[in-house]
Amino acid sequence: MILLTRKAEFSAAHFYWNPAWSEEENVRVFGKCANRQGHGHNYTLEVTVEGEIDPVSGFVVDLKQLKDILEREVVSVYDHRHLNFEVPEFEHAIPTTENIAVAIWRRLEGKIENAKLHRVRVYEMPDLFADFYGEGA
Amino acid sequence: MSGRRVIAHFSRRYHFSAAHRLHVDALSAEENRATFGKCNNPFGHGHNYVVEVTVSGPVDKTTGMVVNLSDLDLFARREMLDLFDHANLNELENFRDRVTTTENVCVEMWSIFARFAELKEYPEVRLERIRMEETGNNSFEYFGGERQLVARSF
Repeated sequence: MILLTRKAEFSAAHFYWNPAWSEEENVRVFGKCANRQGHGHNYTLEVTVEGEIDPVSGFVVDLKQLKDILEREVVSVYDHRHLNFEVPEFEHAIPTTENIAVAIWRRLEGKIENAKLHRVRVYEMPDLFADFYGEGA
Repeated sequence: MSGRRVIAHFSRRYHFSAAHRLHVDALSAEENRATFGKCNNPFGHGHNYVVEVTVSGPVDKTTGMVVNLSDLDLFARREMLDLFDHANLNELENFRDRVTTTENVCVEMWSIFARFAELKEYPEVRLERIRMEETGNNSFEYFGGERQLVARSF
């Protein structure tokens, strides 16, 4: 078994807000992230798949296929968007880095031929990232 | 998102700059030089260290978070950075009986951040890993327990 990682980038706006709470409570818990004008990040996505090396092609997965899947399933939906308002999974979930990693896992799961999703890592900035290893992990 | 309980890993990197000197009193001057080379320079030297802290736990359904970053940052500031940043590691009580190799600093970081995982606010949060960079080409990982230190040099 071998792991292979592909990176992709997207830039998006978001803010943290729980509509069930008062403004004071939101600001207390989420600090400056609660500003409802939103703010933005350059996110880096790292998708790691696991599989066996195909003896003929030498590939675990076709990188072009993987790149196209990331583009279609994630980047085209997230890039230059406001996550709270324009991405359906965040209609009822706060777009924290953790939730973004989980959402991207769910978008990609079962879509990659010949390999299994191993890890989704989302960097909100170089010093902050979340990893998700699937529902059973 | 569905109501299923999901466990995620959350990592944060902290930076501090500190001096140290690798030296063991029980060894002779020659032995210290032979063992630690330029790191034994009596005047000490310094690094920009990076501490990468990884915790895991359920993503809270209300906040969408494993831990509140501001809680972790505040803890790191109070319990670690205030002590380690712009300090001489050899002078710290933490290393009174240990050489200030990054292996030992990494293990010490584990014991500091393990206290974060014990906070009552986060009963299900676990410390998973401490990864330290001494330079861009050297890193050390500690997963707790014995025989779990991984050192890498690039």
